[in-house]
Amino acid sequence: MELLSGGEMIARALEDEGVEFIFGYPGGAVLHIYDALFKTNKVPHVLVRHEQAATHAADGYARATGKPGVVLVTSGPGATNAITGIATAYMDSIPMVVLSGQVATHLIGEDAFQETDMVGISRPIVKHSFMVRHAEDIPEIIKKAFHIATTGRPGPVVIDIPKDCTRPDEKFEYHYPESVKLRSYAPAQRGHTGQIRKAAKMLLGAKRPIIYSGGGVILGEASDLLTQLARKLKYPVTNTLMGLGAYPATDPQFLGMLGMHGFYEANMAMHHSDVILAVGARFDDRVTNTVGKFCPGAKIIHIDIDPTSISKTVSSDIPIVGPVRSVLEDLLEIIDGLQEKTPELPDSGALGRWWQQIEEWRGKHGLWTGRRYGESDRIMPQQVIESLYRATNGDAYVTSDVGQHQMFAAQYYKFDQPRRWINSGGLGTMGFGLPAAMGVQLAFPDMNVACVTGEGSIQMNIQELSTCTQYKTPIKIINLRNNYLGMVKQWQDMHYEGRHAMSTYEDSLPDFVKLVESYGHVGIQVTRLDELDARMDEAFAMKDKLVFLDIFIDPMEHVYPMHIAPNGAMKDMWLSKNERT
Amino acid sequence: MMRRIISILVENEPGALSRVIGLFSQRGYNIETLNVAPTEDPSLSRLTLTTEGDDKTMEQITKQLNKLVDVVKLVDLTEGAHIERDLLLIKVRASGSQRDEIKRTTDIFRGQIVDVGPNTYTIQLTGTGEKLDSFVAAMGEADILEVVRSGIAGISRGEKVLKL
Repeated sequence: MELLSGGEMIARALEDEGVEFIFGYPGGAVLHIYDALFKTNKVPHVLVRHEQAATHAADGYARATGKPGVVLVTSGPGATNAITGIATAYMDSIPMVVLSGQVATHLIGEDAFQETDMVGISRPIVKHSFMVRHAEDIPEIIKKAFHIATTGRPGPVVIDIPKDCTRPDEKFEYHYPESVKLRSYAPAQRGHTGQIRKAAKMLLGAKRPIIYSGGGVILGEASDLLTQLARKLKYPVTNTLMGLGAYPATDPQFLGMLGMHGFYEANMAMHHSDVILAVGARFDDRVTNTVGKFCPGAKIIHIDIDPTSISKTVSSDIPIVGPVRSVLEDLLEIIDGLQEKTPELPDSGALGRWWQQIEEWRGKHGLWTGRRYGESDRIMPQQVIESLYRATNGDAYVTSDVGQHQMFAAQYYKFDQPRRWINSGGLGTMGFGLPAAMGVQLAFPDMNVACVTGEGSIQMNIQELSTCTQYKTPIKIINLRNNYLGMVKQWQDMHYEGRHAMSTYEDSLPDFVKLVESYGHVGIQVTRLDELDARMDEAFAMKDKLVFLDIFIDPMEHVYPMHIAPNGAMKDMWLSKNERT
Repeated sequence: MMRRIISILVENEPGALSRVIGLFSQRGYNIETLNVAPTEDPSLSRLTLTTEGDDKTMEQITKQLNKLVDVVKLVDLTEGAHIERDLLLIKVRASGSQRDEIKRTTDIFRGQIVDVGPNTYTIQLTGTGEKLDSFVAAMGEADILEVVRSGIAGISRGEKVLKL
């Protein structure tokens, strides 16, 4: 058996785990590990410019590939800088393993240089964490960390590693376990057949059904089965912000996103439905609006791998705990059996009337069927997303930051495939988009990767333009520039009589074109609508260049529809500045 | 709202306790009493806590606890017949005629005086939380110097066991 130091075991275990990239930043407590990585030179390391970006890049990589993202940071500030990214991954259930350095064991608790209690500080935002106490435990801890991060409801796992556990002069027998077993961790493998049978009956008996699917369908690799089920039953489908792409957006059965900025037809159909099939979704407050008024006539079937998601906010009538993929498989099979016996189900007359109603809603206020934005010579943000969609044939990986641009991208880019829409839905982390795009582009060097952002968000991790130079990631940054923190401004317009408290910085923005040029990238300013498409094409024609499109949009535009809150129901929406349901 | 006693077997690992406690503060649940001690299995600790909540909250609490990787098994003791015990140590000012009076009250509650000073008694009493509350109330006339309670520990009646 091989003898390796703690640092070498880490490098070797990551290699044995099949890790493709480590995103990280070196520092005192992790120098032994970095030296081991340097000497073995097996797993490529991406050097970011700030540890937050390392976590977002690993996160973007994980969302696009389905594989766990791996992060390596030093103790103290390295660890605390990683926190926002870990919280982002936690809220969206993204598999991630974060290795953080720690001061040497004998210094722990003494307020040593660059010491922080990483296990403590990350506790509420990790799926689990480990503190290495003996170097010989490293391989097993790493195996456990990957196992926990990637199974059940995925999430980030932190391994805190005191420096002395990685020292090069102490060697141990290295053996990487094939598998690990944890007596207190056993995620459900199958859904309860009795419950699935009940669900099948309820679904087939529905007169106004709707399928409401979330990020869990993407994480659980069940998009094909969800699509199969929806098409078989001819039921309408709505996706959450996290679930976009799980059902093809260009399919006529797709009603668009639901929720606070959801489509009129999606929110109306949810509100008036009699049976909701919730798959891998968690009835988030940005979906439900006022919980007490949520879908009063609906029975709810809820499939989720995580029992705590069930009946947390909205009570479900038929809960099914299990991996969405296996539950949907079972559900399809049972429905097949039931339909053989009762071919008259579902009730085609009722379903026809339901679709007629939905088409009426869609015709009246549909986002894609009627223009929801005015005609002017100014560039409207929606038009930018439509232009991006056209230029990339709807086939790009689109990351976003957080705010109005995020909602416009979610509404107007029609995602037909899972894992193409990459955004911070749960935590709502500004600064996510650019580093996430780096992770995606590194995983898929030949694909179009666009980062839709605003001049507020992009500046939260703009230092990563340098990382993009170093690793030659030809991301296209689509900056929807309105010189405001747009979503903050929208709320101030709607709820604070237009007092724009601290939401603008017009006189102090950089010249983004010059800024990106200084990093060796290409910057293009777009101010006129008639040049938008040409500039967009020009950007995507530069296959090996990062291009920053600084697009001046109408600063007064709001995102609609928008749920009326507080005390509104799913069906209560603002449809424009002066039009409401 | 109902008072519940939840008994939990957790991995005897550093940080396990803080995960359980942290969950309660993080999600806005209350802990009224908390008791932790090793078990006959050195790899496990048993943690008993009392909390209050309606059925929906309790369902979330137990599910969230079960989700913690360090939580091996748990039971809501209040769902069935159970025995609960809290331990009270109370130090009271006791001099002159008070001493007899306090001694009598202690006997009535079947407590024991475990330490005697020239002017103080220290009394030990076990029982349900309610019984200890009554005793402390009955001491009302005396000058209470210090009160310490262990928090509720509990076990199911009959055949039912919380074990791996």
